[in-house]
Amino acid sequence: MKDSKLIPLLPLEEYQRRRRRRESDIPEVWNLLDAVKDPEIPVLSIWDLGVLQDIKKVGEELLVTITPTYSGCPAVDVMKEDILIALQKTGYVNSRVESKLSPAWTTAWMSSEGRKKLQEYGIAPSKHSNTGIQCPHCNSMDVAVISEFGSTSCKSLYRCKACSEAFDYFKNI
Amino acid sequence: MKERDIDQTISVYALRLGDDALILGHRLSEWCSNGPFLEEDIALTNVALDYVGRARNFLNYAAQLRGNGSTEDSLAYQRDCRDFTNFLMHELPRGDFAFTLARQYLLDEYEALFLAELLKSKDSDLAGIAAKSAKETSYHLRRSREWMLRLGGGTDESHRRLQLALDELTGYTTELFEMDDLERDLCEIGVAVDRSALFDRWFSAVSKTFAEANVTLPPASWAVKGGRIGFHTEHLGHLLAELQYVQRAYPGCRW
Ligand SMILES: [Zn+2]
Repeated sequence: MKDSKLIPLLPLEEYQRRRRRRESDIPEVWNLLDAVKDPEIPVLSIWDLGVLQDIKKVGEELLVTITPTYSGCPAVDVMKEDILIALQKTGYVNSRVESKLSPAWTTAWMSSEGRKKLQEYGIAPSKHSNTGIQCPHCNSMDVAVISEFGSTSCKSLYRCKACSEAFDYFKNI
Repeated sequence: MKERDIDQTISVYALRLGDDALILGHRLSEWCSNGPFLEEDIALTNVALDYVGRARNFLNYAAQLRGNGSTEDSLAYQRDCRDFTNFLMHELPRGDFAFTLARQYLLDEYEALFLAELLKSKDSDLAGIAAKSAKETSYHLRRSREWMLRLGGGTDESHRRLQLALDELTGYTTELFEMDDLERDLCEIGVAVDRSALFDRWFSAVSKTFAEANVTLPPASWAVKGGRIGFHTEHLGHLLAELQYVQRAYPGCRW
């Protein structure tokens, strides 16, 4: 429900992605894949992340379409495997995962639920246009960048001037 | 061109772009655990990872069009020097930190312009890869440009090393803007980018940065080229010996 309030601010592709899920005639498969997480940020599902794009039945086959986050992100291969394993376990033996590069993935597709989970996990979510970056430990906005590059492609390293802790920031692309 | 010929020509084009990304990505990855300090080590390897990913996307597409059982892996691991079509600048040894960053900066400015054009390509696969890569290049460029200013305006030593790197690199930049018939043909049908048209914008962007950093990119009074037709420096062979070692020693091995 919270997301529906945000619809006017959503990028068109994200609106369409949510609509594909809402109107799908196989909602149980979408729900099933909510169990597939980003291996590097295990609180986020591939849905929360905006990676899961579509699930379709093509003849006898189940076709899952995903959009990779970063070109070289090794987590993407793991996600593909995890999708197939999750489907096989539930009896969908005839399935395939396809990557789609265009339109390119953006952090704007992350659900508000996903952003909340990130914050709770200790990673500051990508900032919206007019708000600052908030320390996930003490919520201070008084922060400074240490490095634009962090432990994985998707994160930058920040430092909080209020509580002196370092933290990861999920960078905006 | 017939459709089949067009596909094969686009495959060669995608291979060129994939080779550029693969070879530069490998050079950058050599900094892993050798960076001057932890944050830079991580930054360099992050950029390396983006380039290797970019290489996978281009090579995968090249392999698809090529058919005959080729894959991104067979293209990366089973071709010899003369079959590689990357620019010479990409294969130069990593040198010192100033050299690596100077090359990166020159190429980041180039890539930013190149990808902005490629994403208008009529070939939707190339355009898709470009859109993805362009986002990554924008933050690569932010960092490498900042390093030009810091090294140029830093100590006498950092300034000296940056200037040395530029003296050494200048003759390799010519090749970036030279077109051949294959790319011209693809340009005509809206698939490839006219690289020669990027030079003026590139030169004014890098000149502005170097003026601010108090260094100069010397006018290219010499130029080496040949990468696109498989004539390489001696360095590529050594690079490939390392990059391809496992697949050469244990053909087809997987993990
Ligand atoms: Zn704090």
